[in-house]
Amino acid sequence: MARRVLQIIETAYRATIEEQDDTCIWITHAMKGAGADLAVLLRGNAVNYACAAQDASGLRFGEKRQTQPPQLARDVASLIEKGVEVHVVEEDLAERGLDKGELIDGLRPVRRSELPALLGGFDQIWHW
Amino acid sequence: MASYLLIESRDPWESRDCEAWQELALGLARQGNTVTLLLVQNGVLPARRGARGGDLAALTGAGVEILADDFSLRERGIGADRLADGVKPAAIDVVIDMMAEGRKVIWH
Amino acid sequence: MATQEKKTLTFVLMDAPYENARTTTAFRLLDAAVRRGHDVKVFAYEGAVAHSFARQAPHGNAVHGRNAKEEDHPNPKDWIAALMQAAEAAGATLEWMNCGLCVDERGVGEAIPGVSRGSPADLWKMSEASDNTLVIPTR
Repeated sequence: MARRVLQIIETAYRATIEEQDDTCIWITHAMKGAGADLAVLLRGNAVNYACAAQDASGLRFGEKRQTQPPQLARDVASLIEKGVEVHVVEEDLAERGLDKGELIDGLRPVRRSELPALLGGFDQIWHW
Repeated sequence: MASYLLIESRDPWESRDCEAWQELALGLARQGNTVTLLLVQNGVLPARRGARGGDLAALTGAGVEILADDFSLRERGIGADRLADGVKPAAIDVVIDMMAEGRKVIWH
Repeated sequence: MATQEKKTLTFVLMDAPYENARTTTAFRLLDAAVRRGHDVKVFAYEGAVAHSFARQAPHGNAVHGRNAKEEDHPNPKDWIAALMQAAEAAGATLEWMNCGLCVDERGVGEAIPGVSRGSPADLWKMSEASDNTLVIPTR
């Protein structure tokens, strides 16, 4: 029986234009809406989802324009607004040159050395 | 403390992130958790004795049990006599048994 | 086969057929779980919804000089059907549910018998009804 689940999201920008979402952030929203007790850990390239300045708008294929581009920073911020803890690995941010001032609000930075303790607080860990 | 099964399907030549995964396994073990690392698919490649990738010895030294999927080994021509010290071949059933035991099972 | 208390295990698959070694490992895990007599639930997400598409067809292999019958090329829909039969023979169940939206966008709505469609809320219910859940991510 799933009680408290940590969603680890690592792969970034995989089919996000076609899906108009990150499908792992999306399914987290959907399960939260269904009453799931979830938290998120952004690691690896997915820490870039915390960058407020992301902009995927303007694509067109022939005359077919994309009218609903993904807004990944908004989607992560929206999880936080819904009460989902969103943790982000500090070293992964630093390795990618991301400064705190570039990030959305409400994130919970965690050092790699603190990950074992973080994982210990969950019944299951779902790595997407 | 808890028990974990970390499944490593990637290899360090294709993915630098294997290093972070091993770091996590070490951290969990040092915290006193029971940790098994199961290598599957190309994840078994560093388990060939003499391979220069990853630091499996550091993991076994910290008490992490390292298993390698027997089919993945055979598929890649890695016989039991060619395995790095501390790595044991295992049937894939071990994942099911550990899930049934209630371990936290995480795929990388 | 070790005698073990029967459990309910959920697996989340994401990879499309014929793309990655993860699919083979996933099916080996389902087979192992079924042989152990556990009840198994599969939530197929994204490309994995194509595994149960009823219109997959085998083909020959001209490079190896084998016709379709000789090549005996696997189609994952047949693996799913075989696992469902094996589960029944073991006195257990294999429930396969496809993410409905993923099915629609890929146009693979025609699934083999016994496969259902659902939503993320159903995945959460599956996991709540299970003893453990393993997500096998795509990359």
